[in-house]
Amino acid sequence: MKAKAIVVTSGKGGVGKTTTTANVGAALASLGEKVVVIDTDVGLRNLDVVMGLEGRVVYDLIDVFEGRCKLKQALIKDKRTPNLHLLAASQTRDKSALSPERMKETINKLIKDGFDRILIDSPAGIESGFQTAASAAQGALVVVNPEVSSVRDADRIIGLLESNEVNEVRLIINRLRPEMVKRGDMLEVDDVLEILGVKLIGIVPEDEQILVSTNLGTPASLNGNGKPGAGNAFREIARRVTGEEVPITALQANSGGFLSGIKRLFGGS
Amino acid sequence: MFRLFNRKKSKDEVKERLKLVLSYDRAKLSPGRMEDLKKELLQVIGKYFPAAQDDYDVNVEQQGDRMVFVANLPVAKGEGAPAK
Repeated sequence: MKAKAIVVTSGKGGVGKTTTTANVGAALASLGEKVVVIDTDVGLRNLDVVMGLEGRVVYDLIDVFEGRCKLKQALIKDKRTPNLHLLAASQTRDKSALSPERMKETINKLIKDGFDRILIDSPAGIESGFQTAASAAQGALVVVNPEVSSVRDADRIIGLLESNEVNEVRLIINRLRPEMVKRGDMLEVDDVLEILGVKLIGIVPEDEQILVSTNLGTPASLNGNGKPGAGNAFREIARRVTGEEVPITALQANSGGFLSGIKRLFGGS
Repeated sequence: MFRLFNRKKSKDEVKERLKLVLSYDRAKLSPGRMEDLKKELLQVIGKYFPAAQDDYDVNVEQQGDRMVFVANLPVAKGEGAPAK
């Protein structure tokens, strides 16, 4: 993707925005990009715990906005993954402390300071928190689950991103269950793409390893052992974000309902 | 067991429902307002085609980038507008 500042958003809550931000952010850093992940869910911050950095938060985004610290002081360096930095949300304030102008200033400063990629974890909803998160972004990763309310909300978000002139919009279909797709009880990838009409950047299977890795505070995408699963899917998404052509593979279920293999859906074009 | 084989796949059901609800969402029109529009439209058509049938179909659809208002209103053969 050309965009340096990318908002991760969905409309609906609980579809995997924070998981996506942590995993794609960590994978991008492990691929050599200098990355900042920003939590904009003020009052309900979680990116810090998902990434295992909760013990190191001193200053947050609102402290930066209100001049209580320098931007550099608020950036938490992940010691396990060089190049990865977190800018935490404030847990004690609410979304009214967010300001699109300050957000733009902060993002511009980060780009000027040499960061390659800034992932902005948006709060759920379409109100001011989302608007601020999207205000400074040139690109978006829209996370959707193959389920009626998530698809509807994603459609609304895609419309709002377009009117906010966020031009590079890419879709991540998250928590797909191949065995349910196979028996016709879950929307397929092509159905979701037909309905939403945006470009796909990755398909992530439902995977209990995600819960295990968030329990541990270590993004699953860092265990890049190439085995099919969510961690690997997020890693491939990160490679596509960097511009590498990685074919998107369809997830296959076998008769036992387990992931049995990966079928090549279409080559990188 | 028999029902299981005849059952419409739930994903086909949800896909149809989503397409419909999104066409209303995108047109910023509630399904109730659409019903009002259909009724009024039929009244107007009825002025010109008195024998217009009521098996009509009115909808908003996505066609490429555009939202399109589509009305399919059958009229009886040989009927025309009454002279002014």
